[in-house]
Amino acid sequence: MSQPKSNKKPAIFFVAKEREPLFSKKNRALLKDPLDDNNPITVQVLGICSALAITVQLKPAVVMTLSVIAVMAASNVIVSILRNAIPNRIRIIVQLVVVASMVILVDQVLRAYAYDVSKQLSIFIGLIITNCIVMGRLEAFALGNGVWKSFLDGVGNAAGYGFMLIAVAFFRELLGSGKLYGYQVIPDALYEMGYENNGLMLLSPMALITLGLIIWAQRARNRKLIEKN
Amino acid sequence: MDYINLFVKSIFIENMIFAYFLGMCSYLAVSKTVKTAVGLGFAVIFVLSITVPINYLLDNYLLKPGAMAWLGEEYAALDLSFLSFIMFIAVIASMVQLVEMIVEKFAPALYGALGIFLPLIAVNCAILGGSLFMQQKSFASIGESAVYGFGSGIGWLLAILAIAAIREKIAYSNVPAPLRGLGITFIITGLMAIGFMSFMGIKL
Repeated sequence: MSQPKSNKKPAIFFVAKEREPLFSKKNRALLKDPLDDNNPITVQVLGICSALAITVQLKPAVVMTLSVIAVMAASNVIVSILRNAIPNRIRIIVQLVVVASMVILVDQVLRAYAYDVSKQLSIFIGLIITNCIVMGRLEAFALGNGVWKSFLDGVGNAAGYGFMLIAVAFFRELLGSGKLYGYQVIPDALYEMGYENNGLMLLSPMALITLGLIIWAQRARNRKLIEKN
Repeated sequence: MDYINLFVKSIFIENMIFAYFLGMCSYLAVSKTVKTAVGLGFAVIFVLSITVPINYLLDNYLLKPGAMAWLGEEYAALDLSFLSFIMFIAVIASMVQLVEMIVEKFAPALYGALGIFLPLIAVNCAILGGSLFMQQKSFASIGESAVYGFGSGIGWLLAILAIAAIREKIAYSNVPAPLRGLGITFIITGLMAIGFMSFMGIKL
């Protein structure tokens, strides 16, 4: 995107001290950090609620990930555009309204094109509104940064969230029902040898324990994330 | 009798945290000490038992398909249920604000104790979850929805109290370093949830 040179004054929100390339190192870090070092679920501890409840199978997890990416990118951009116009005292309500309208859009689209999955996700689409990851990033990032950066931050964090969601769902579906994305992957021969699906993996407590173990693995590898206590 | 059943059910069998993982974020963030955990727990009970009945009225007289029939024949066919998210969250946010002001005026001591937790509650998934479950279960009366809200709040308090007590003690144990903090809390919560699953078979 090269801007034609002109003598006209640029519009207010394009005044940057020096023009950064669209994918500068800093901007790439915004996308990449949330996948590991600054993962919203395992490090920032945001958005756990939905992460656990819908990870029995891969399919709802993938749909949820896409919905959260859409909601976060859109609401981050909107709040970032409005950031200078929002009075500080009512910002929470404004943010909630923005997020809620985005979620309604996503919900209606899902009901129209993926009714089964939308039934399976039940109230958890609605709960994206109060998903702390959305509010948290709005508060922490979109209120103080430009549009493009906020967009990247939204996509990055939602992707980091989705990454964990899909990781948990992968193990739960594989070990719990021997399938991935609805297709059987564990061969019949193995079942004939006496292999059994672990029904416990399908129950909700195992989501917590799986996530606990993933955190353990991640922190063992990345030791600077270890907590003091 | 129905009310007692519903009450027990919403506390133990359908516990917000152990069965549905709602309100997990504040559950993990505020459970380092018992004192703050209790403060947040009471605030959640308070807000849940106010907002669920209000949203029940809203749902039944405004949002449900055919709910506007009381306005006249021509409104009977309206279905505003797609607006429920935004209405519910608006009610919750304004209720939290209102409750905050009332508590500040009439019970300054309680206000000091709850502190920052009151505003935090607006974005606690357990609160919106309570309202959405209320909508899904289609209760018969406002009384039932109030009992459901109150019971869910108590269940949430129980859960956060239990984990806070355990976390206070676990500070003295020798947990493997990468598991410290968040990891071990998840695993303990998982084990507690397995314990709570024993209530599942109970038919009320």
